[in-house]
Amino acid sequence: MHTADITIENITKIEGTAGLQVKIENDKVVDLKFLIKDFRRFYTEAVKGKPLVAVPTFLSRICGTCSIAHLFCSIEAIEKSQGIVPSEQTMKLRRLAYDGLMIRDHALHLYFFVLPDLLGIDSILDIPEDHDNFGHQLLHDSFDIKNVGSELTTAIAGAIIHAPLPTIGGFLKLPDPTQFPALIQKLEGIRVQVLRGIDAFFKMPDTMVRNSDYLALRNDNEFNFLQGNVVNTSGKKIAEEQFHDFLRSVIIPYSQAEGYVFSDTKEDYFVGSLSRINLNKDLLNKRTVADIGQYLSVFPSDNIYHNNLAQAIEILHCIDDAIEILGSIKLVDEKPVVQPHVAGTGVGVIEAPRGTLYHLAQTDEQGMITNYDVIVPTAQNQINIENDLKKYFEQNLDKDEQTLKLEAEKIIRAYDPCMSCATNFLKIEWIRS
Amino acid sequence: MDTNLKLKIGWFSFTCCEDSTILLTELLNDHLEEWKKVIDFKHFKALKTNNSIEGLDVAFVEGAISSESQAEELKKIRDNCKYLVAIGACACTGQPSSSRNNFATDEINFKTAFYMCHFDYSKDVKKIDQFVKVDDYVNGCPMNKDVFFSTMDKYLKMFKIIS
Repeated sequence: MHTADITIENITKIEGTAGLQVKIENDKVVDLKFLIKDFRRFYTEAVKGKPLVAVPTFLSRICGTCSIAHLFCSIEAIEKSQGIVPSEQTMKLRRLAYDGLMIRDHALHLYFFVLPDLLGIDSILDIPEDHDNFGHQLLHDSFDIKNVGSELTTAIAGAIIHAPLPTIGGFLKLPDPTQFPALIQKLEGIRVQVLRGIDAFFKMPDTMVRNSDYLALRNDNEFNFLQGNVVNTSGKKIAEEQFHDFLRSVIIPYSQAEGYVFSDTKEDYFVGSLSRINLNKDLLNKRTVADIGQYLSVFPSDNIYHNNLAQAIEILHCIDDAIEILGSIKLVDEKPVVQPHVAGTGVGVIEAPRGTLYHLAQTDEQGMITNYDVIVPTAQNQINIENDLKKYFEQNLDKDEQTLKLEAEKIIRAYDPCMSCATNFLKIEWIRS
Repeated sequence: MDTNLKLKIGWFSFTCCEDSTILLTELLNDHLEEWKKVIDFKHFKALKTNNSIEGLDVAFVEGAISSESQAEELKKIRDNCKYLVAIGACACTGQPSSSRNNFATDEINFKTAFYMCHFDYSKDVKKIDQFVKVDDYVNGCPMNKDVFFSTMDKYLKMFKIIS
């Protein structure tokens, strides 16, 4: 292929709208643009002047699929701005609800979006109604896995999307513990199906290897999506409050979302499950590790397709983590922590399903929001996605256009990007520059 | 009743968090098998690459309209479907995606103006019935699933797919 313009107008089987433009001249990729096309909603501007109590549920509307991640990150940022310290019980309940989110959200990506790539078909809608068909088995596994994840989140947080019960300082209503034995039984019931999925994604033959840095939260005591320091491959450790200082936003004029460069390394960086397993696999639940040792040995990995395997492993981890908490937690009657409003600044950093998520909240002494900022995983991964695609196209220009398009979509899909998340906010620094 | 007959539907998303799409993917856990027998998903970008908007019986549209290009796309969908259903709060009411319509201060307008000049933003974000005729509304954030079920059922019966 000497000279060509390759355009994918709408990348499918992802969350939101994105496209790809590639210009090839004389057997060289001279231009490649990953285009985030969702229109911005300027939600970080919209919350200014609003009372802080209204903000987490509003910002959960940044994203339909990981609304719980934005809800919890916003709650954390506002709690810190107010000096509110949630109870140990609240943190355990948040962790339970979050385990449910990870189980459901990862399963949606793996089985509804990626599985057709694994099977060499267009869509799960094309999987035959044949119980002996492997695709049929995996798809029906996913229905059970997603349902159990949703039940877990609903039991704790009230709903899987825009959950009503988590609030600043705790929960508006505590879960009914009589549901827990049945939940444990259901979680135990899907383990075998999840293990089948791990094996399937382990065997996915695709490879796209390129060196980049990896960033994730790390809690030295346990595998924890909600609490820790941001670490990278070379061992840099940054407190949540300092994370923003290490990022430089990059103007991508054709994209509706900024990219980011991590100032401590010259490489581009990746956030997401692959980072978490690369950096934290020693902290995974012991029962999970006992059952998946052979699959874990591929990590640390620079193969972007192993993000799929890493997500499948995280599903099992979340199941085992939830089983442990549900089996041991003794609920006491608690009301949300409430304190008089103060002027303050708070930062929340958590691991959303797609990677490290940052919320910053500033309030005045009446408890009104004066400034808000959000940095989402997909914006951080943009540069990495483009660099992967450039490498892929440069190495495969002998292939026909249809194959190139299909493989490019598969690489993008492996990142599990989310355009709704990437286009919610407004980066003021860019405008000033 | 022709058992091979299927309701030809399209599912479309504009400016929103796509929570109704996510809810629909959850409903598929329990309903995909039965729906595949009676529904032809001709356009469903979250689930398939080979999509078509031609000859739709019903188009389900979530999200608000942020730009002229989105408005044109919406009109094209309307021209290609017999019935159109607004899905979720942003499509039905504009909110919360239309929050930017309320940004009043000059300072904020200056900031948003940069983006609005560089991309195809309309001055205001609008709900979909400001552009096209809407036959049914499934409100909610995300959509109310019981209303969605009854709406789907209504069209399956109207097109004599089920009795």
